[in-house]
Amino acid sequence: MRHPAISPVLTIAFAVCATWIAGTLHAFEIEDHARFGDPGAAREIRIISTADITFFEPMIAAFLSANPEVTVDYTVASSTELSGAVTNAANQFDVVISSAMDLQTKLANDGRAMRHQSDVTEMLPDWAVWNDMLFAFTQEPATIILSKTALGALPVPQSRHDLINLLRQHPDRFRGKVGTYDIRQSGLGYLFATQDTRASETYWRLTEVMGRLGARLYCCSSEMIDAVKSGELLIAYNVLGSYAANRSDRDEFAIVLPTDFTTVMLRTAMIPENAPAPDLAAAFVDHLLQMAHGPQARPLTHTDINLTQLGTALNRIRIGPGLLVFLDQLKRRAFLAEWENAIEQN
Amino acid sequence: MSGPFIKGSIRRRLLLSLLAGAAVLTVIVYLVMQSVARQVAEESQDNVLTASALSILDSARSAGGLVHVDLPYAALSMLDSVTDERVFYAIRLGEEFLSGYADLPAAEGSRPTAPAFRSTTFLGEEVRIATVRRSVSTDLGQKWLTVSVAQTLAGKKRTLARFNRTSLGIGAGFFLVSVLLSAVISRSATQPLHRLTASVSRRGPTDLRPVAAPVPSEMAPLVSSLNSLMARLRTSLSRSEDFIAEAAHRVRTPLAIVRTKAEVALRRSGDDATRAALREMIHAIDDSSRTAGQLLDHAMVTFRLDTLLREKIDLAQLTRDSIKRLHPLSDMKEIDIAAGRMDSVTVQGDAILLQNALQNVFDNAVKYTPNGARVTVDVSATARGARIDIRDTGPGFPATEMARITERFQRGENAEGVVGSGLGLTIVREVVEAHGGQMTLSNNPGGGACVTLQFPQS
Repeated sequence: MRHPAISPVLTIAFAVCATWIAGTLHAFEIEDHARFGDPGAAREIRIISTADITFFEPMIAAFLSANPEVTVDYTVASSTELSGAVTNAANQFDVVISSAMDLQTKLANDGRAMRHQSDVTEMLPDWAVWNDMLFAFTQEPATIILSKTALGALPVPQSRHDLINLLRQHPDRFRGKVGTYDIRQSGLGYLFATQDTRASETYWRLTEVMGRLGARLYCCSSEMIDAVKSGELLIAYNVLGSYAANRSDRDEFAIVLPTDFTTVMLRTAMIPENAPAPDLAAAFVDHLLQMAHGPQARPLTHTDINLTQLGTALNRIRIGPGLLVFLDQLKRRAFLAEWENAIEQN
Repeated sequence: MSGPFIKGSIRRRLLLSLLAGAAVLTVIVYLVMQSVARQVAEESQDNVLTASALSILDSARSAGGLVHVDLPYAALSMLDSVTDERVFYAIRLGEEFLSGYADLPAAEGSRPTAPAFRSTTFLGEEVRIATVRRSVSTDLGQKWLTVSVAQTLAGKKRTLARFNRTSLGIGAGFFLVSVLLSAVISRSATQPLHRLTASVSRRGPTDLRPVAAPVPSEMAPLVSSLNSLMARLRTSLSRSEDFIAEAAHRVRTPLAIVRTKAEVALRRSGDDATRAALREMIHAIDDSSRTAGQLLDHAMVTFRLDTLLREKIDLAQLTRDSIKRLHPLSDMKEIDIAAGRMDSVTVQGDAILLQNALQNVFDNAVKYTPNGARVTVDVSATARGARIDIRDTGPGFPATEMARITERFQRGENAEGVVGSGLGLTIVREVVEAHGGQMTLSNNPGGGACVTLQFPQS
């Protein structure tokens, strides 16, 4: 039987102020909304993003200090809502920022994105740009989060193999205490899961082991981190490392980049084809990329997460039409069925 | 002499034709390369699309009357491996749409089992579509499972652009080489013409021998015509020279008889009017016989010039001899003709001709100077050869006619009343030039004419 984890719908309602703004925006669920800069400014740039305001605020502040005559309108939505909102031509945004690489790729592939080329995009590494439409400005790994206190003398697992062994050797200790994404609800969880299966069969074994231990399923990384912190969970698998590392209480849990392979998600920005202010959008995207890749790049995530040490274990998700495969309805149905089979064993 | 009427140039025409040919060839080569490149690029894109579509088709399993399609990851990611491409696909079972992009059209081939392709625009961009089919069994019997995969043309365009640059380079290189070759070819093609021109213009004024140098077959008719023209010219020239010599010869004897008769009649006549008439008659007869003599001289000179002798001649000795021969005539006019500076210098040539030339100069000097005048002849060795200066104290040459005076039958304005034919200086000039020398006419600073004959070193 599936554990009664926090209902995903409830989670959203709990975590953010779910707002419906009728009229200006067409029927999609907004998680958060904020405006930055001089409210009387002549021009406005409208950004829709999956990233929390706090996560993104420094980026916007830096942009505004260089462009004081602009107001930034920042809307937060879940990746699915965001994708739906951008697909609806009635909604007009200048920049779309999302962690759901597959949905972003689909938007661009479907012709929703405007091509953008500049000196800044020229200097990007190949993996960070797709078709001059999608631009990656972060690299965020999927990590294993462990409670430091509850693990006791047990060694901290460094790979999926270690984790499987640990769970197998101490089933009673971890029963009901492991958590991962509910990939039926979370787009990012689904992306991580599908990319894991591409990289190794270990994922299925781990999922089965977690399933046997009555794994609890979550909608979001922050929920899992909170659960580990509160002692509700001992181990959370495929947690977005950037969220964990950016928390002020990050010393209370261990963040592990699996050494067998670490799946790395790229947060991408694109300019919709119906952007009302494409010039501002281009400036903002260039600003974003300059800060992420330029000579004075400031890492958006904490320096604890050092991807360069990963070497060959770095499994950076490639932006491209391959990502459309797991969005395919038939494929998705089959994958979810298999996953449910593995995770729901009790 | 007026130049020929020039219209066009063989070399330029050849060059332009070659260049036009090269340009046409270059364009053709470029277009062929383009079309081959386009075909190759399209074929390779079609192959990749077919491979992708087939891998999807192969993943289809029919189980319990239902069709399952397990889209392989590589099926779509392979289409994006080299260049970023937008990729679309559609899976259909019979008329029923299963998955992918419902609006993506399928390509229709002639045979249902063979891959079919089409180019179209989809979601705002040009795409190439490959469609493959397979028959599968379902609850409702056999149905066609159709997989279409489409890809944007970024990679193809990039390949073509690269190939375009290459073929432009090759075309430009080809054309450049053609230009150089055309220049060389047109130059070498007109070379025989230049050689013929040079050989003809190198000839002396009286050289009318046929062209003997080898020429290309195309020029053979021209050279034959030229040779035959020259042969006719030579025949005609020698015939007229012969005719003149013959005529002069035949005229001279009767003239001498008439002169003798006239002198006899003059001596016998006592009537003043008759005597005056007879004197004028004798004067006219002298004039005519002198002209006939000079015509004969000229004919002789022309004949000898054709086969010029090359013997060593002491110029001073020759001059002295000529002066001596002139004495009867000069004495008659009381003209003092004196040998001045007499350097011992030799030239190569025909003594008879040179003597004739000198005699003509002296003759002129005696004729055109008044009685009691003085003629000085100097023979001097110079750095470049030898020169003879004949100076008189006569009226000199009229300045305006210096150039004209050596032409055949031209006489100076001051020659009226003097017996002469106008052939004298012509003969002198021809002889001197035949010896590689030069005749210069001038006037002395203190008055009187000066004729300078220069000869090159022997």
